[in-house]
Amino acid sequence: MTAFFQSLGMSHDWAWFVSTICGILLIALPLMLAVAMIIYVDRKIWAAMALRRGPNVVGPFGLLQSFADGLKVFLQETIVPSAANKGIFLIAPVVTFTVALMAWAVIPFNSGAILANINVGLLYILAISSLGVYGTIMAGWASNSKYPFFSAMRASAQMISYEVSIGFIIVCVVLWADTFNLNQIVIAQKGHVLGIFNGFVFNPLLFPMWVMFLISSLAETQRAPFDLTEAESELVAGYQTEYSSMAFAAYWLGEYANVLLMCALNTTLFFGGWLPPLDIPVLYLVPGFIWFLLKVGFFFFVFSWVKATVPRYRYDQLMRLGWKIFLPTSLLFVVLVSGYLMLTRYS
Amino acid sequence: MIHIIAFYLFAVMTVGSGAITILSRNPVHSVLWLILAFFNAAGLMVLAGAEFIAMLLVIVYVGAVAVLFLFVVMMLDIDFAELRAGFVRYFPLGALVAVVLLAEMVLGIGAYHAGGIQLGTPSGTASTAAGVSNTAAIGALLYSRYLFLFEAAGIILLVAMIGAIVLTHRQRGDTRGQKISKQNARRPDEATVNVKPEVGKGVTL
Repeated sequence: MTAFFQSLGMSHDWAWFVSTICGILLIALPLMLAVAMIIYVDRKIWAAMALRRGPNVVGPFGLLQSFADGLKVFLQETIVPSAANKGIFLIAPVVTFTVALMAWAVIPFNSGAILANINVGLLYILAISSLGVYGTIMAGWASNSKYPFFSAMRASAQMISYEVSIGFIIVCVVLWADTFNLNQIVIAQKGHVLGIFNGFVFNPLLFPMWVMFLISSLAETQRAPFDLTEAESELVAGYQTEYSSMAFAAYWLGEYANVLLMCALNTTLFFGGWLPPLDIPVLYLVPGFIWFLLKVGFFFFVFSWVKATVPRYRYDQLMRLGWKIFLPTSLLFVVLVSGYLMLTRYS
Repeated sequence: MIHIIAFYLFAVMTVGSGAITILSRNPVHSVLWLILAFFNAAGLMVLAGAEFIAMLLVIVYVGAVAVLFLFVVMMLDIDFAELRAGFVRYFPLGALVAVVLLAEMVLGIGAYHAGGIQLGTPSGTASTAAGVSNTAAIGALLYSRYLFLFEAAGIILLVAMIGAIVLTHRQRGDTRGQKISKQNARRPDEATVNVKPEVGKGVTL
């Protein structure tokens, strides 16, 4: 895109600047639209699994429900509790929302369609997702109320625990792909198994890693069955209890943008990103962007499915799963994968 | 052009938030400003071409260390006025630490300029060879030339971790812990009984 703006007569620096701004808008605006639609889809799937109709009043099939909700929230009064720490209370939703958008910079949507094609893309994702916890902690502390505070404590412990195993799972993928660059990781998956299956998930050594990654990504985004930070039976609405109006909406949007990001990461790391599932020339006629969207949509369906069917974990079970099962298993697989690669690739 | 703007932005933010970390009255605010300082330091690292270190700085310090730090500080009920009361008493010690740090920095930079230190590449320059990514260069150096130092650091950290667990872990006889395997092994027929009590008679369990 830089070359296009340069052809309009701009200097290289300015062309780069303008094309980056355009790239950010091209990702962020459709993402917001996607989040609005995905909230609707989530509610519809959830309703269908509970044999209900779900939202069906606003617009055809209730398609405009999210926009109506957005408008309602926008028109509400912003309430700042008098005992709250005002600065941090107001910054916290901004942090959550910004961080949820930032990570999308390194996601490859198609061959070369990536905003920042950096060498350390995967590390960048880890870094940004570790920032996500601050929005929750700051909200919980600044609200000066006990339920948000409990929720913030839970959220931080939960996210730190599962980031450890996510880190080890990512190490396995990086060892196999030999790069941290997400675009290169996708390319490394081309014809990965038997020369026909595109994706690390078809690899017997990496398949257990994907299962753990999916469960960890549920925990990382605080979706059911790991939604202990918003366990309404115990904590009212968790860290967002004191929030109203647009601040509340920012949490809502940020949360779903994070869910979509985790779906995109599942797609990129294990399901071959923008590559078609099988390495057959006919399938390459479909643009890579479509394959990417289809896979992300599939993973979002899995997320909703889990939410509709699985009961909530107890907190000690959550911690046990993270530290006593996922951590040793993922560590074992790092050894197995590196051992296998030493035997086959580097000997 | 944009490099210069970015450098001054990150540098000013790092120094400024570092200063506010010390001056802030509320310990939670201090930690949050410290996190901002870490983040901007990572930005400076990126500008210096050390993107791997920058990402690690954010992952390790911002993502893990500072969260735990914040965790502890939030739980504490610190009276900051009381902390400030000892300012005069602790000033000589603080000044001594500052002098030592300053001397170390001056000596380090001096030695680096004199060419006495070989950092990264054999020529002593911090930049890596063209075509080799930052991550690969660090990995190659860490697992060849500094292998034993690297492993020694790992062992020291492991010992520290085990030591912390041993020191804080205590066995209490009066608690009823959960045994997950026992819970999972329990079946309905051994946990429930079906009784048909006659009218006027209770059930003995």
